[in-house]
Formats: sequence, structure tokens, C-alpha cells
Amino acid sequence: MSSKVLDSKIPDGPLAEKWTHHKNNIKLVNPANKRLIDIIIVGTGLAGGSAAATLAELGYNVKAFCYQDSPRRAHSIAAQGGINAAKNYQGDGDSTYRLFYDTVKGGDYRSREANVYRLAEVSTNIIDQCVAQGVPFARDYGGLLDNRSFGGVQVSRTFYAKGQTGQQLLLGCYSAMSRQIGKGKIKMYNRHEMMDIVIVNGKARGIIARNLITGEIERHSAHAVVIASGGYGNVFYLSTNAMGSNTSATWKIHKKGAFFANPCFTQIHPTCNPQHGDQQSKLTLMSESLRNDGRIWVPSRKEDAEAVREGRLKPIDIAEEDRDYYLERKYPSFGNLTPRDVASRAAKERCDAGHGIVNNSTKEGVFLDFASAIVRYGKEEALVKGIHNPADAQIRAFGEEIVEAKYGNLFEMYENITGDSPYKTPMKIYPAVHYTMGGVWVDYNLMTSIPGCYAIGEANFSDHGANRLGASALMQGLADGYFVLPYTIGDYLADDIRTGTIRTDTTEFDEAEKAVKERIEFFVNNKGKHSVDYFHRKLGKIMWNKAGMSRNKEGLQEAIAEIRELREQFRKEVKVPGKADGLNSELEKAGRVADFLELGELFARDALNRNESCGGHFREEHKTDEGEAQRDDKNYAYVSAWEHKGAPGDAALHKEKLVYENIELKTRSYK
Amino acid sequence: MSKERMKLKLKVWRQNGPNEKGKIETYKVSDISPDSSFLEMMDILNEQLINEGKEPVEFDHDCREGICGSCSMFINGEAHGPGKRMTTCQLHMRKFNDGDTITIEPWKAKGFPVIKDLMVDRTAFDRIMSAGGFISVNTSGNTQDANAIPINKHDADKAMDAATCIGCGACVATCKNASAMLFVSAKVSQFALLPQGQVEAVERVQNMVKQMDKEGFGNCSNTGACEVECPKGISLENIARMNREYLKSGMG
Amino acid sequence: MSWTKQFFKSSIGRKFGMALSALFLMIFLLQHFAINFTSTFSPEIFNELSHFMGTNPAVQFLLQPVLIFGVLYHFIMGFVLQAQNRAARGSYKYVSYKGSENSSWFSRNMIYTGLVILCFLGLHFYDFWIPEMNYKYIEFNPADTERYYPELVHKFENPIRVSIYVISFVLLAMHLLHGFQSSLQSVGASHPKYSSLIEKLGKGYAILIPAGFIFIALFHHLSHF
Repeated sequence: MSSKVLDSKIPDGPLAEKWTHHKNNIKLVNPANKRLIDIIIVGTGLAGGSAAATLAELGYNVKAFCYQDSPRRAHSIAAQGGINAAKNYQGDGDSTYRLFYDTVKGGDYRSREANVYRLAEVSTNIIDQCVAQGVPFARDYGGLLDNRSFGGVQVSRTFYAKGQTGQQLLLGCYSAMSRQIGKGKIKMYNRHEMMDIVIVNGKARGIIARNLITGEIERHSAHAVVIASGGYGNVFYLSTNAMGSNTSATWKIHKKGAFFANPCFTQIHPTCNPQHGDQQSKLTLMSESLRNDGRIWVPSRKEDAEAVREGRLKPIDIAEEDRDYYLERKYPSFGNLTPRDVASRAAKERCDAGHGIVNNSTKEGVFLDFASAIVRYGKEEALVKGIHNPADAQIRAFGEEIVEAKYGNLFEMYENITGDSPYKTPMKIYPAVHYTMGGVWVDYNLMTSIPGCYAIGEANFSDHGANRLGASALMQGLADGYFVLPYTIGDYLADDIRTGTIRTDTTEFDEAEKAVKERIEFFVNNKGKHSVDYFHRKLGKIMWNKAGMSRNKEGLQEAIAEIRELREQFRKEVKVPGKADGLNSELEKAGRVADFLELGELFARDALNRNESCGGHFREEHKTDEGEAQRDDKNYAYVSAWEHKGAPGDAALHKEKLVYENIELKTRSYK
Repeated sequence: MSKERMKLKLKVWRQNGPNEKGKIETYKVSDISPDSSFLEMMDILNEQLINEGKEPVEFDHDCREGICGSCSMFINGEAHGPGKRMTTCQLHMRKFNDGDTITIEPWKAKGFPVIKDLMVDRTAFDRIMSAGGFISVNTSGNTQDANAIPINKHDADKAMDAATCIGCGACVATCKNASAMLFVSAKVSQFALLPQGQVEAVERVQNMVKQMDKEGFGNCSNTGACEVECPKGISLENIARMNREYLKSGMG
Repeated sequence: MSWTKQFFKSSIGRKFGMALSALFLMIFLLQHFAINFTSTFSPEIFNELSHFMGTNPAVQFLLQPVLIFGVLYHFIMGFVLQAQNRAARGSYKYVSYKGSENSSWFSRNMIYTGLVILCFLGLHFYDFWIPEMNYKYIEFNPADTERYYPELVHKFENPIRVSIYVISFVLLAMHLLHGFQSSLQSVGASHPKYSSLIEKLGKGYAILIPAGFIFIALFHHLSHF
């Protein structure tokens, strides 16, 4: 069953000793020789930034590329909640094994045991490293690090810095990079976009990049290429990703031989701002922590939902008995704190049934209500203050104060966006695309199926299976960049110490550059009639409606056909103003959307192939009698790795069988 | 929420490159939803320009949720527009009225040359960071335990407040002197407040200030405008702390 | 480059120099006011104090040069910094700039209030300091402990001079309304615990001292009739 082509290179030995054993046995490059080796890193988020800094510290010559104007702006910066680590500072029984177990279970048993165990193992080093760098994590009054707990686990292992953990970790990385940039060990290429990878004698030996300011096409060579360009959530057009987040780097290496794994595994986050209308460009996440105190509901009667949508009825005027707190009703034991995939699907189910409360074209949206939390906290506070018969207004005032202390900044953010105060009226929320678990296939060393080409962070598929737990993305990005890749890449580069600088005046570079230039010429000379966004929005609609939160065979088949058609139309009708030799953001977008138009098809094909429901992938044909996801471990306990064969429709499927020796496969239940 | 769709007159700064002549162009947009963000309004303008066969207005933007620090517009005479404690991408059209004229300019500072239209080059900030905005610690996997040095919560919280700077450059843009003191002082303060930052405190503040001066930013005259316009509310106290650190650095 | 040199060439060092000279000038202004104020109730005390200040070698040869240096540094550096600050904006000024949204008028116009004060100082030197220097060091006139009060009263006879005097001190008040706090901020004195005290103290100083000088001028002008 497992394909011969895919060698995951998982080391032998007991799970807990694999990584140590592996580190002790791989080849090293001595410090003098590291100076002779160049490494290209594409993307400077948590994974790319930490890898760039660490590899430069080790002595390699690093060339780092980002499309933003500074490495500090990579989208890791937007992560809010926190970062997991099995430190067990709270003494609540946490351990490497528990973090490993929770991650595999949370991923609905579709990730590799050995990789996840290693992730859990190095998680503690990350916290030590970041504190040493001056990352100001939250502390308690004793001066020690504070933890919070996150969905889907029973321990407090999440380290945080207010609601800006991703920002602080990224700035830590960026500081470490800045130090190496100052020393000349990292050459930073801001506002550069990788256009293609260059392969020489079967090995990744460089990239073609476009200087986004001058439009110049540049050749850069190296002994290894590391892709750390993040996820592809923007294939849905609307997502919580940054506007520039794209799949181009990962897609380009896929087309040159890197297998793409599990493209259909997408995380849809339940608490985001719903769409306000067709002018919307992106969705904003409201932290998962809000679900600790907010209650999610829709009107029980469809007439009420309609009246709310039309503005005839205010949510606060709907009587308690006419509200459907559907998560509490369906999942009494986890209630509003069910995992992300479950909560998202439940919201969609209610809206599909006509109970959505937002007045937009899709009528989708549910309430996240803090009224009862305000009253509860208010009563407690009144008692604390010794007031035994508080007036309602007093209770509200006290309660609002407590809620403000806990969620004030999030409420402010919500009010900025919507103009509504969550203290007075329930928040409107709806699920949105947030993270992609799928990505470039990599082996245990994080190498893709192209020798010398690595993929780290969200760009690879490795650790989260079919669903990612909260606060694990930051952990994985930094684990890959600080503690895994710097070791494993040496094993490959040890053979390159005598290679010398890779020349860029070769046929391979000529050809790659020519192809890139032709593609750019095509866009600027195509006298189409629609803007790039026009097509991107259309693609997003297809993806969301037919390959979004729940999928079925017919829908996916339609999606494939529609995406192909749209791709054809895009080729004929896209209009890119301006010139190639200079700053041209429309041209940048055109290249990215062209890649999304191909990826989208493979995404739908992967979803169609996976005849089971697991984690974020829900096939309507595969559910229990109660409508819950139904896995098929017998036939689908594998990683689908797609090999490019000319067109997304022709991609060949390879299967890496997932072997579970340390964990028993169970059905997740949150009832 | 109940406001009707709006018609607006936009006076937008257009400039082809750092050494080209810049000027204000006037455009009209209509059918703008009050629920749209300011940048979505700019998207609509650009879509309109593309359809008319004109070049769209270039501007920096990325996360569109107020944290990456990319967006950088000087709107109606204020950095990030009329809202306080928010970035341009967090500004929504309900702050404006039907029929308004809105002036949109790039950050204007010698240290931030215009790349094109509303897009400026802020790599001066990166160079200041490279001069000393770090703690020299290599990644090893055997750094001491994170809880080995307890840090007073008050100091940790203050360090965090300073560290929330998003590096957008609104402080420079809004300062009548185009001074970068708030940005630099936020980083200096973050490390000055933490024990880990003490070892290199002297070199850090001296090198960062030296680079800041080299980049052509103006001098701080304590008007306090930066603090008011900073989307993250970075406090002027940080500038006073940097002044102390700088003074101290020469005495030790 | 030595640290001191590097320090005073840096933006922070120069601001520090501005602040130090400002603090010195504010202390000087306070004692100047205290001495002048005695003229409103006791010509004798005023004469005595003036004579002491005018003849004591420590004041004359130690404090006076410091004062002159402080004044010159403050003005020259003020212009140098202003020129740098203007250049720092770059080749284009803002088409629309709403300074009032985020800062006080006083803080944004220190150069203009400062210029007026500079002009006034010119007049002041012309009125008092130059004749004084002339009297003592050029013509070597004998010490006259009684001359100070009549000279002062005489200067305030002219209503035009008194008006200039009043206007200048109103502008000085404006300058100080920002300058007092600003100088303390520049030397690093800022803390949530005492910042509001500094603010109140600054406002009090900035209004009371110039108001006191105006009072003295008007007092002598009006009692002349």
C-alpha cells in the first residue's frame, strides 16, 4: 500500500529515543566548512526567521527572502493565543508524552508519530530560547511564567504574551535575524518574491526571484533551498491570512518535483467576524479564548432569525426560551468549548437550516453572547464587595468591568470593525479559513521529495494531521526553525563541502529565468477585461461553497470542473495594468492567483479522494447517525502525497501509510 | 450600521519613485459601504482605476488586522487617519460621512523615501534593529531554564507594553520633526526592563541611537504627538527611559 | 571619538544639552524674578541684592559666563535642531497636517516663541546689560550702590517698552508651558508616580513667573504717574 517513492526516513528505535539517536548519527559539517556553504530561505515568519538566524549563527551563509518590506511583518505576527510547551510548570501532570498524545489525537490520527513526538520533545527548548532572547511572556506575581489552557486538552501548557504571542515570538526571531544581518551572515532580501526553484542535476541549487520594487528578475544560488512560506488558506480568497499570504513558493517546488501532501486538510476557525458584504477583503479572527465565557446561539425560530437579519428584531429582545444554544444542546460536556472543527460545522449546520443572523448574501452568522457572563461575574463581584441585594444596573456595571479586564482589547477590536459594542449586544461570528494542515510533503529530516529542498512551518504537512490544536502552530514553526532543521540540513550539506559556490550562469538558471520572464510578459501583455481580484473572489466562492466546511462527492466534482473553467477564463481575460519592470502589485497578485487556481483543483481532488471524514475534512457521505465525522482508519490512515504530472488533474497519488505503535486509534467524542 | 452607502472625493498623493515629482490627484468613488474598512475602500478605487485602464494606487498592507505594521497612510492630516489607537486597516468607513473629501498621503520623512504613491521604504528601521536591537544569544537547546530568573511582573508587563510596537512608522510620520525616538526607545526599553537585556545595555543604546541619527530622522522635541498617534499606544515614558539609558551608557 | 564628543553630537545628547541649559535658565529666571520682585516693596533690598549680583566675583566670573554660554547654546542649538528637523521631513511637506489633533500649539511652535524671546533679550541687553558692562568695565565708574532702583524705574516709564515687555513675557509663558516639562523629559525624568506633579509644577512655573515679571513692570509703570 505504501508507495516505494516515499521514504519518510523515520529513525529506528523506541519513540522517545528516535530524535536523540538520530542527532547522534547524522553527519555534521565542521565550522570552517560551513563558511563555504550557502543556504536560501524563502519566508521569514517563525519557521523561516528562526531557521535563518540559527543557520547563520552556526556559520552558514544565509540568503533570506520575504515579499514584505521587512521580515518583521510575516503573518506569524498575527497569531494571538499562545504557544504550547510541555514544561509542566503548573505541576498538572503535563509531559512530552501527553503533548505528543494530545497533538496526535487532536489531529484525528492523521499525523506521523515520530515527527509529533520530536515536536513535543523540543517544545520546552523553545520557551527557554525565547525567554533568553527577551520575549516578554506573561508572568505571575512571583515573577515566574504564567500559563493558560486551550481547547482540546486537560493541562495548562500554553505560554502567552497578552493576545499577541505570535507578534512577540516573531519579533524575537526578527531580533535574532537582525543580529546576523548586522554581522553580514544573513543577506536579507526584502520585497523579493521567489518565482521558481532551480534544479541542477536533480538537486535544489537556487531560486529565481523578482525584486518587487524594480521588477528585476534575479538569480540566486545556494547549496540548499528552504521553503518557509506558510500556508495556502488564501485559496479561499476570504480567510484570516494576510492579503499577501500565498502558495506560490510551495506550488512552484511542487511543479518541480516536490510532492504536495493532504492539500484538503484545512482548519476553519469558528470565531471570526462574519462577512459584511461583497466589498470584504479579509476576515478577522476573534480569539478562541472568548469561548470560555461567551455562549453561542441562534434564534430557535426561523422567523426570528429572518427578523434579526432584516433589522426588525434586536437579539436582546429574543426571549431565553426562543434561543437555541446549539453547542450546549448537542455537546453537553464540552459545550461552547468543543474543538474548532466541531464548533465550526455546528454553526454551518444551523445556518444552512435557515437560522443564520447576519444580513449578507449568504445569511450566515451566529451570536456569541456575553450577557450571562456579565451577569454571573457581576453577581460574584457584588458579593465580594459585600452588596447582598444589588440592583440589576449595578450587577451589569460590575460584570462589564470584569469582562473588560479579561477581553477588553478583543471587544475594542470587534467594535472597531463592526461598530457594535459586545457589552450591549451579542457579537456576530462565523467560521473562517484560518490554517492549512496540508502542505509540502517532507521526510523526518524536513526534506521534500526534491533533494536539497526543505519545507518548514505551515508550508509543510508534517505535524498536525487533519486538525491543528490551538497554540501549536507557533510551536511547530519555531521547533522546525530553531531545533530541527539546523541539525538535519547538516546531514545533507556534509556532502557539499567541496562543491564550491554554485554558478548561476548555467543552462538550468537560463531556462528557469526564461520561463519566469515569459510568464510575467504574458500577464502584462494580456489585454483582458477583469482584474485579478475578480477571479480570486470567484475561486474563493467555489472553494468555500464546495470544498469548505463540509464536502460531498458531487460538490467536489463540480468544484474541479468549475476551477478548470475559471482557470481557462483567467488566462484569457485577466487584466494586469502597468509594467513588468517596476513596482506592480497587480502583477504580483496575478502570479499568486494563477497558482491558487491550480492548487484549488488539487485540493478538491484530494478531498474527493479521501472517502472519510477526519478533523477539518468533513465528507457528508461519511458521518455517524448523529451527524458526527466518521473516520475510516482501515482505508485512509495514510498521507496522500501528490506528484505533479503536468496539470493538477493529472497529479499522481502516493500514499504514505501512517503507523501507530504508541497510540491506539480512537473515535474522538466531545459529548 | 444604518448609514447609507457613501460617495466620496479622494485626494490621493501620486508619485512614481523616490526622485520623481509627486502630486495630489483627485478621484471619486461611490457606493461605499460604511461597514467597509478604509483599505477595502482603496481596493474599490483601484478596481475602478484598473477598469478605466489607469494604474492603481500602490500602498502597503498585509495582515489587515492591525498587527503587521505594513499599512501606512496619512489620512486627513493624521497618521492612520482620524481613529486613535488603530492602524489604517482597522479604520472603517463609518467614521466618514457621505460627500466627504479625504486627503490621503504617504508617510513623509527623509528617513522613509517614497517608493511609489503611498508606499514608503522603512528599511531604516531594520538597520536600526541590526545595529543593536537584540540580545546576543545563540540557539543551542541548552539555554538555561526559562524560569531560572524570576522577573518582577510589573517590569515584565512594562517590557511587554514597549514590545507591542508594530514598527509601522506612524511616530515618524506624525512627528513634526520626523523623529524616530518612539520606535527606537520602545525596543531599548523592552530590553532595559528585562534582566536578559542588561549585559549589552551599553552597546545597544549607543549603537541604535547612532544608527537612528545616521538615517536622517529628526530630533525629539517632546511634543508627544507620536504617543497620541501610535496605534499601539507606546508611551513617551520609553523615550525618557532611553534618554536615561543613553546618559548612563557613557558613565559606566 | 571620545564619549563626551559623541554624546553631544548625538540627537539625544543635543536634546540633553538643550534641557540642561533650559533648566539652568529657568533657575536663573527664578532668582532674577525674586530679586526684581523686591523692587516692588523695598528699593533698599533691591539695590543691595543688585549690587551683590553685579559685583560679587563668583557671580560675575563664574555664573555669568555659564549664563552667557547657556543662553548662546540654547539659542544656537535651538536653530541647529530646528534646521535638522525641517530637513528630516524630506522633500515634500504634508498637504494636510493636523498637528492640533495630537500635540499642543506651544510644543509645536517653540522656535517662534523662542525667537520672540531672543528679540526681547536683545532689547534687554541693550537696556541693562550693555550699560552695566560699560559702567563697570569700560568707563570704570565708581561703585554706586544706590543706582539700580532708579535705573529700573526709569526703564518702565515708556509705555511702548512696557508693552513689548508684557508681550514678550506672555510668549515666554508659552515657551515655558512646553519647555519646563520637555526639559525634564529630555533628561529622563518621567515616571507615572511623579509625572503629573511635574506637569502641575511646570504649568505653575510657566504662568506664575512671567506673570510676576509682568506685574513688576506694570507696577513701576503705573506708580510712575
